Amino acid sequence: MSELNKTYTISVYTENNLGLLNRISAIFLKRHISIESFTTSESEIENIFRFIIVVNITKSRVERVVKQIEKQIEVIAAFYHSNEETIFLETALYKIKSQSLFNEKPLQKIIKNSQANIITVSPEYFVIEKTGWRKDTEKLYYDLEPYGLLQFVRSGRISVSKEPMNISNILGLNTDK
Amino acid sequence: MSKITRISGAEAVIKSLLKEGIDLIYGYPGGAIMPIYDELHKYEDKLNHVLTRHEQGATHAAQGFARVTGKVGVVMATSGPGATNLITGIADAQIDSTPMVCITGQVASHLLGSDAFQETDIIGISSPVTKWNCQVTKASEIPKVLAKAFYIAKSGRPGPVLIDITKDAQFELMEFSYSQCKSVRSYIPVPDYSIKQLKKAAELINNAKKPLIVFGQGVILGNAETEFKNFIEKTGIPSAWTILGLSALPSDHPLNVGMVGMHGNYAPNVLTNQCDLLIAVGMRFDDRVTGNLDTYAKQAKIIHFDIDPAEINKIVEVDVPLLGNVKETLPEILKLVNKNNHESWLGKFHSLYEIEYNKVIKEELHPTKEGLSMAEVVKEINIASKGNAIIITDVGQHQMVACRYARFNKSKSNVTSGGLGTMGFALPAALGAKMGAPEREVVAIIGDGGFQMTIQELGTIFQTGSAVKIVVLNNNYLGMVRQWQEMFFEKRYASTELINPDFVTIAKGYYIEAKKVSKREELKSSIELMMNSKKPFFLEVSVEKEHNVFPMIPTGASVSDIRLD
Ligand SMILES: Cc1ncc(C[n+]2csc(CCOP(=O)(O)OP(=O)(O)O)c2C)c(N)n1
Ligand SMILES: [Mg+2]
Repeated sequence: MSELNKTYTISVYTENNLGLLNRISAIFLKRHISIESFTTSESEIENIFRFIIVVNITKSRVERVVKQIEKQIEVIAAFYHSNEETIFLETALYKIKSQSLFNEKPLQKIIKNSQANIITVSPEYFVIEKTGWRKDTEKLYYDLEPYGLLQFVRSGRISVSKEPMNISNILGLNTDK
Repeated sequence: MSKITRISGAEAVIKSLLKEGIDLIYGYPGGAIMPIYDELHKYEDKLNHVLTRHEQGATHAAQGFARVTGKVGVVMATSGPGATNLITGIADAQIDSTPMVCITGQVASHLLGSDAFQETDIIGISSPVTKWNCQVTKASEIPKVLAKAFYIAKSGRPGPVLIDITKDAQFELMEFSYSQCKSVRSYIPVPDYSIKQLKKAAELINNAKKPLIVFGQGVILGNAETEFKNFIEKTGIPSAWTILGLSALPSDHPLNVGMVGMHGNYAPNVLTNQCDLLIAVGMRFDDRVTGNLDTYAKQAKIIHFDIDPAEINKIVEVDVPLLGNVKETLPEILKLVNKNNHESWLGKFHSLYEIEYNKVIKEELHPTKEGLSMAEVVKEINIASKGNAIIITDVGQHQMVACRYARFNKSKSNVTSGGLGTMGFALPAALGAKMGAPEREVVAIIGDGGFQMTIQELGTIFQTGSAVKIVVLNNNYLGMVRQWQEMFFEKRYASTELINPDFVTIAKGYYIEAKKVSKREELKSSIELMMNSKKPFFLEVSVEKEHNVFPMIPTGASVSDIRLD
């Protein structure tokens, strides 16, 4: 009877409040759920913030967690979506020794084929950026790894839902949709 | 020529409280909140500050006050240890939905994060156990934040709010104006119910042959006792209560079929697994109520009335959710349900009660053993109070016995720590209850263990002259834990025996009239003596040491496997 874990993207629209981040992460902590990624930014509405949280849990758990999030006073609305219901991306940065670029022929080909952007080049190192799905940034990581990654970092997921979220309606503002 | 007068943030706190109609605060002063206490001194004719002996006592007193009045309890404490001492009471208020506003002092804003003397991150610490919290660093923000605090604490599903005010904000001058908070745009205190669900629920109710209602504190918090009574009387549905629903329906009401849960009554627990419709009204399916979920009311359709959308399908998947305040939803459904009675189904409750009576209740109320039983003490309190007292209980065996046997005529008369099970709750809560309902008799029933967790509040009871009646049921054990050790750990009594002090001497040391009873012949007269006193009174009753509370649903067992012995 046990349900399977699945990746869900939780989107939370909030007022700008100092303590809210703490409250929301406490909801996961209390239930012993680890957060795969957490991103906050401004939203499409002035002074309203948007948190994007990615978790890997069952549907019934994500439902309950989202209700607890929505219950927080300064949360305007919270939603959860499966991967099929959202359009999402992550960005990764890779820092590599410049020398490798000249010594290792295959490296140039990898970079070219990956459609990554070179964003900085200096005599010591260069930095490339790749935006896409996890499997794309991960592939590039494994391709580059043998040539010595000085640093690697990947952002949290950013995502927009396919369905409208109608936050403006909830707030009684003029709607965009 | 009115010139604008500027007042300090500290004075703005007091003025805001007065605007909210507050005239009673429980608290404890210290460095970071001294400017506010200085203002309290100036306003002492309008605002009564009760100095408890520990900040935890202040929270429980505020809870006791809130539970019997339905108003917001207010607490003040200093930063650091003062603030952390509030946490148990705040967590208790959160899980039992008690409206409370706590105001803490904080180090000056320029010192935040410097590990200043008595600095603690009380916003961070209290976040998971408050309905809302907020730190204020500017005097000008005080009225607005406090207005919001009171609104949030008491609206919708009530709960505790903590406001942390830095010391510089208390000193800073500001122009005071106050308007009550009426809404917060991101917060829906009372969600709408759906007409479709209402109709569906009514249809289920009209077609049910064996319906059972389980009601909780939602009925009391919604002030919906009359609406609830009208609903059950029209539909004729047997109604059982959770521990926090106790007293919402008079004990002698013909449809009152007792308590559900671990130490509840036999009939409603057994019949939970036979009913065809379970109607949950303002309750949250706590695990102490449901027992093993895999076998909980599987045969029944379930309707759930609740104000909190997060409670719907949290524990039990329901067929029909009905959001909203039961004060509004019950009268709506009343119009759609047929007048009915369920006599033969109700008869099943009566015959199972007979079994419980013969196997458990009779011996509890009329023991044939020499030692006093907890239940006979409660029975004598019932007789002396005629069921009109407010009963406050602590946590343990005495709590279960008191809730099982106490009789109530009026609502808001049972105050206990249900969700958190906080030992030490009762003594300060009784003080708060008495101050909230001075015209009523308030009896605290406490175990010898829990009494010693907040025993110092005897000092507050003495200082305020509150005529609280304190009954300690002394079994020289942490009785409830001992019962579990006896039943599930082969009688290995690890650290549950208490060698107690002379409680009577201690009470007398606080100038409280005190008496000890250990013989049945003296019980009635001692309780009468206590009840007739116009002052605080302490009564210690030596009860049977190794007595177990039954019925009992062992953890993991099904409600219908409730044991009678
Ligand atoms: C603060 C706190 N610590 C521990 C417990 C666990 N506990 C539950 S009941 C109980 C025993 C209570 O003993 P006593 O107050 O003497 O009451 P009795 O059960 O004997 O009536 C304990 C230790 C608790 N509920 N609260
Ligand atoms: Mg005891």
